[in-house]
Amino acid sequence: MKGLLRYAITRILLTIPMIFILLTVVFLVLRVMPGDPVSAMLGAHAPERVIEEKKEELGLNKPIIIQYFEYLGQLARFDLGESMVLKQKVTDPIKEKLPATIELTLWGMFFTLAIGVPLGAYAANKRRTGRDFGIRLYGNVAYCIPVYWMGLMMQLVFGVWLKWLPIAGRTSPRIMSSLFSNTGFYLIDTLLAGNLRAFGDVAVHLLLPSLTLGIVLSGVFVRLTRANMLDVLKSDFILAARARGVSEKLVVYKHGLKNAFIPILTMLGLQFAILLAGAVLTETTFSWPGMGRLLMERIYLRDYPTVQGVIVVFAIMVSVISLLVDLLYAAVDPRVKY
Amino acid sequence: MDKPILDVRNLSIDYPISIGTVEAVRDVSFTLEKGEALGLVGESGCGKSTLGLAFLQLLRAPGRIIDGQILYHGNDIVTMKNDALMKMRGRNIAMVFQNPLTSLDPLYSIEDQFYETMKQHEPKITKAEAAEKAGKVLEDLSIDKKRLYEYPHQLSGGMRQRIMIGLGLILNPDLLIADEPTTSLDVIVEAGFIDLLAKLRREYNLSIILISHNLGLVAEMVDRIAVMYGGKIMELGTAEDIFGKPLHPYTEGLIGCVPNIKLDQKSLVSMPGSPPDLVNPPKGCRFSPRCPKCMDICREKEPELKTKEKGRQVSCWLYNK
Amino acid sequence: MNKTEKKNTPVVEARFSPASLLRKIIGSVSKAHKTYGLEWWIMIAGIVIVLFMLYMAFFPQTIAPFSALDQDTGPQLSAPDKTHIFGTDNLKRDVFSRVVFGSRTILGVAFSAALLSSIIGIPLGLFSGYFGGALDRILSLIMDSIYSFPGLILAIAFAAMLGPGVINITLAVSVIYIPTYFRLVRGQVLTLKEELYVEAAHSIGAPNIIILIKYIFPNVIATVVVVFSLNIADAIMTEAALSYIGLGLPAGIPDWGMDIAIGKSFLPSGVWWMITFPGLAIILLALGFTMLGEGLAEILNPRLLEK
Ligand SMILES: Nc1ncnc2c1ncn2[C@@H]1O[C@H](COP(=O)(O)OP(=O)(O)OP(=O)(O)O)[C@@H](O)[C@H]1O
Ligand SMILES: [Mg+2]
Repeated sequence: MKGLLRYAITRILLTIPMIFILLTVVFLVLRVMPGDPVSAMLGAHAPERVIEEKKEELGLNKPIIIQYFEYLGQLARFDLGESMVLKQKVTDPIKEKLPATIELTLWGMFFTLAIGVPLGAYAANKRRTGRDFGIRLYGNVAYCIPVYWMGLMMQLVFGVWLKWLPIAGRTSPRIMSSLFSNTGFYLIDTLLAGNLRAFGDVAVHLLLPSLTLGIVLSGVFVRLTRANMLDVLKSDFILAARARGVSEKLVVYKHGLKNAFIPILTMLGLQFAILLAGAVLTETTFSWPGMGRLLMERIYLRDYPTVQGVIVVFAIMVSVISLLVDLLYAAVDPRVKY
Repeated sequence: MDKPILDVRNLSIDYPISIGTVEAVRDVSFTLEKGEALGLVGESGCGKSTLGLAFLQLLRAPGRIIDGQILYHGNDIVTMKNDALMKMRGRNIAMVFQNPLTSLDPLYSIEDQFYETMKQHEPKITKAEAAEKAGKVLEDLSIDKKRLYEYPHQLSGGMRQRIMIGLGLILNPDLLIADEPTTSLDVIVEAGFIDLLAKLRREYNLSIILISHNLGLVAEMVDRIAVMYGGKIMELGTAEDIFGKPLHPYTEGLIGCVPNIKLDQKSLVSMPGSPPDLVNPPKGCRFSPRCPKCMDICREKEPELKTKEKGRQVSCWLYNK
Repeated sequence: MNKTEKKNTPVVEARFSPASLLRKIIGSVSKAHKTYGLEWWIMIAGIVIVLFMLYMAFFPQTIAPFSALDQDTGPQLSAPDKTHIFGTDNLKRDVFSRVVFGSRTILGVAFSAALLSSIIGIPLGLFSGYFGGALDRILSLIMDSIYSFPGLILAIAFAAMLGPGVINITLAVSVIYIPTYFRLVRGQVLTLKEELYVEAAHSIGAPNIIILIKYIFPNVIATVVVVFSLNIADAIMTEAALSYIGLGLPAGIPDWGMDIAIGKSFLPSGVWWMITFPGLAIILLALGFTMLGEGLAEILNPRLLEK
């Protein structure tokens, strides 16, 4: 247990250079490129003097390198700073939007795995049959579907034509927002409040966006699972289990799938990054009030601190997930101990 | 005399591959009596493992039995249905494989793999009963019961090999097929393994087919030996006969290549020439291109496996005139 | 079967002629088909799709019935019919023609972006892996950081800062794929460096640059070709995504992602054709390059994609 803790701490420390580098890149890009928040705020025709004053006030007149180190110093104190365009701390909108994005990505991940892994395993088991070919085709096509397009198609079919499911937002307008002050995870909040109707409403809103993510990303997992399953099914222990009379179902899904899942786990961290990118697009498509929409809004406003803050939070999310994946890895594979 | 436990008749096995067909086993026939141990020897690639796997209908893709019968207590395994096969595997015929290091699923405890095997054949068994039974078998194999709760990577190669055997014996089969069971073990562990197998044979009244290219190992263990070459049985006889007065030139070559029975495991490789291409096997006798006593007829016609004297068969024109 | 075929073809190779060349190509094609089976056909399908799209991009006038910008091709927002097989949009433009002309934009951007990333990423990977040292460690850290971060989000930041424009979007897309080439090439160089012939060249005093160009680079090419093709597929998706969220191109240029974004506002009233067809075009194009890449991977280096 102690080893585990030490491992977790080292892992977290290791993510600091990554966040640092990403920030540097983003910082540079934001500052070097033309356009600045003051002109964006005051309009291009504001008098020179007013612009200068405003810049002075925001500290944008200092040399970039000084701005950079000041920002780093701030970060080291776990302070993301204040928004440049709105009177709020950077953490305020993030606190509000982060749960929405996490809720979306986690369910997206769930659907991704729930669709991709069984299909891939099944295809491997039926290798070189029509069904295998069909599933492989699905995997390749799904991988090439733009996630927003998939989302729009889902909206078209289930929202516009069939009118079964809502196509925008996290809740219906009638649901009281006071319900959601607890955690920000609406599914949990509504359950805590014991309001099943609201829970149903939230779940229904979550369904299309997360299913969209799941379908598109499942393509990668179909391919991964199938390839790993094929490898595993060639192993000696599979043959040995068959030779002991173990049923085909157990051989393939208990021994085969679990062993094939280990290399898949190691890829999960990287796939999560793709999932996050997909989530940003899905948020735009489904008017989902999350981090992706926040990022887009603030980019247009040239709100540097908030944009940087959002990037930091995304980087932390990626790191946390790969840490969790490692822990899961240790839980599944008895050979791994930290 | 009892009916034989295993009666193999004219068995032929193919692997159809893109460049042709590998004729891995051709026209193999032999019988195995109850309690008998038979050695299957021959160079790498001569079809020993293929033959062993065929007894369980577990040929690796794309292998298929194209001809012949495998009668186990009179029932033909070749035509058996899947359900029957599954019931037979492990309970009647057990198999121990070449590589104990990779033959156990690394993600499940030893106990789990025992329990799973027993549960498959006796659905009503409880976990506790299974553990007790497995513990007993492990103790027979001089492994501490506690090891049951460990994972494969926590055990040594020798232990894993014995656990594989334990898994094979847990359902009391009467036939054990051991495919090069000692290749990945060191000499001392191997010696222990031979003793163990001899003991088990007595106690469990097992019939054994021991597949190996280690002549030394086979010589110590078995009653009769079948010498295979290029998918065919070249000679079959008691261990004493085969070693004492080999008939087939290939057998002579094999024995000549064993300078010291115990030490040199890789000795077979040193015979001159190389094993035949089983996609395009040589015309006539498959051994003819390498045979020091090759005659004209050998290159023309394949000899048949003929009984030379009692319990002694050979497939060679030298004795078939 | 095989043997008789061989006997029938003349053993003596005729002097170079188009016919002999053709025979040779057909020969190797049919041989490869036998050896690689399904993978081969997947690659062929990929090539066909890519060639078709390339034709569309180079000669859109020969396919499209209208110009992409023509705002008077018929009724507004009309569903697909005989004259407008993909329907018309809100500005009475012909959706089919826009799809045809849009191929030019997306192919141009994706191809240039992939080319640019490889031109930067490959040499960096070569040098970094070959010379090692502190520079290698720093570069690797930077590249790994960018690699593990969601690429699209970075591209969004870049594209937003650069503003709309074909060159700008190309730059934004290319930045996020530099690490792909860097990591790939560096990894291969690390193993190649240990190869005997490289060490031999070293020991006879061949200069580093020669060793890199003559002995190491050629061994990396096969992998790079495969990844390049897959990379174009990714770049296509990224370009489309950027222009979908409005960060891509100025309004005058026909572009699939942008057309989907425009179509989005008309979706609630059941206008499906403005979204469906540009989206299908994106899928088809990306699929073409993916299939081409995977077929190549199977044929050039079977173990590459398994990792
Ligand atoms: N799955 C397969 N596909 C195609 N050919 C195969 C396959 N398995 C075995 N073969 C071929 O069948 C022949 C017999 O193989 P087999 O494994 O039975 O030999 P072996 O006697 O057990 O050799 P070894 O001593 O090396 O274990 C060989 O020529 C081999 O190349
Ligand atoms: Mg073998």
